[in-house]
Amino acid sequence: MVENALPDDPSSNPESRPLATTPLDALHRELGARMVPFAGYAMPVQYSPGIIAEHLHCRSHAALFDVSHMGQATLQGTNAAAALERLVPGDIAGLKPGRQRYTLLTNEAGGILDDLMVARLAENRFLLVVNASRKATDLPHIEAALPAGVRLDPHEDRALLALQGPEAAAVLARLSAEAGALGFMGVLDTRLDGIPCIVSRSGYTGEDGFEISVPAEHAEALARRLLAEAEVKPAGLGARDSLRLEAGLPLYGNDIDELTSPVEAGLTWTLGKRRRMAWDFPGASAIRDQIENGPHRRRVGIRLDGRAPARAGTLIVAEDGTGAGTITSGGFSPSLNAPIAMGYVRRDLAEDGTALHLTVRGKPLPARVAPLPFVPHRYAR
Amino acid sequence: MPKLNAETRYTSDHEWVTLDGGVVTVGITDHAQEALGDVVFVELPEPGRQVEAAEACAVVESVKAASDVYAPISGRISDVNQAIVDDPSLVNREAASGGWFFRMDGVKEAEFDALMDHAEYQAHLETL
Repeated sequence: MVENALPDDPSSNPESRPLATTPLDALHRELGARMVPFAGYAMPVQYSPGIIAEHLHCRSHAALFDVSHMGQATLQGTNAAAALERLVPGDIAGLKPGRQRYTLLTNEAGGILDDLMVARLAENRFLLVVNASRKATDLPHIEAALPAGVRLDPHEDRALLALQGPEAAAVLARLSAEAGALGFMGVLDTRLDGIPCIVSRSGYTGEDGFEISVPAEHAEALARRLLAEAEVKPAGLGARDSLRLEAGLPLYGNDIDELTSPVEAGLTWTLGKRRRMAWDFPGASAIRDQIENGPHRRRVGIRLDGRAPARAGTLIVAEDGTGAGTITSGGFSPSLNAPIAMGYVRRDLAEDGTALHLTVRGKPLPARVAPLPFVPHRYAR
Repeated sequence: MPKLNAETRYTSDHEWVTLDGGVVTVGITDHAQEALGDVVFVELPEPGRQVEAAEACAVVESVKAASDVYAPISGRISDVNQAIVDDPSLVNREAASGGWFFRMDGVKEAEFDALMDHAEYQAHLETL
């Protein structure tokens, strides 16, 4: 009965290729992590306290996540911002140095190739952070569109740590007052305990927190330094997933992909104002049509009446018995002590409170459309 | 309350089974609860239901995943453990005792005897 006990990972293929490890691999094992294959990496899904305890610790104190599997790359050169704008609908030219923005790589059909963070480190230098499962696709895609004089350098030599939770800022301020005082989505090239780091005030949990890009050879020392603080405990990918689901944040490959548009996904806010005047990004005409005429379906939050969780792939049925859509992420919310899910439904069923049924093990479970996020964001102001 | 002992049998699906007075009690092993992680939902069969060996008859879900629990042998569901429906974390805390899932009567002792004994189950775990 335990065959399905570990998270599905369609992108990894342990039969044919050895798993990569992050610079914190030895530390995870020392801390008693359960390691699982994820996007081609051996990653900690949980430590001994378990996903619920790690999740709740992040919501009340501070949690340290290893997200070194994600792809990091520097984009630099003359007019690098303009070069990147050829691939994303976000306002990159208007991003000030020391600021970061969430944006999307879109295709000509208006689908999403990936979601990513873009940090402007200097006028002509950006740090990009892309999904682990997409980096092999994204980096050649970006590189192919670059003009002479702009180049993309992947950072296989850097780790990425996420320090998340209401006590994260107080902890980080002990290592760098300046980093601890960053504003939301601010970025700083600085030193933490003497280690050169790029720190951003951002994350994927809905809590205040930081993501810290650090040279691989210093990653374990920095992680140990942070874990030595009383507020901080390690958390694995399991808690990261339940935290982001409560926060209503989409997961690439589940909630967004090449067949979903930013409009359907509720990510129209990522389209820069200037970009929506010029309509000069990949997929602009399809996306413009959806904005003007409304998409056929929308990503929504879903609460179930009972205790049974509904997982990704579950069919959603309208009250009248017609097909309504599909769950794309679903599980259990430790904060609400109840099952929660996200999925796409027909636009006539996307209003908050709309009654639906979810077909789980052949039985219809009553549910309703619920506002996202399930747990309010508590980002720094 | 069941207690695992030398007579306890196991399945390759990580269920433990005890036999007492013609009634078997079924639960999941410590290995299974450990692999599942925090259990958040349990669905149990209707008492009175006739089940065949290897038939899926209960569901256990953790934060990350859903799994079926199978009838280890054929018989009739005679009792279910409402305590794990009310508090699913009991499956993690007391997998081998208070976290039992269901009982069956009308079973054949030979089917019970044919299940893995403790040593065979340990050897099975070694192969995973």
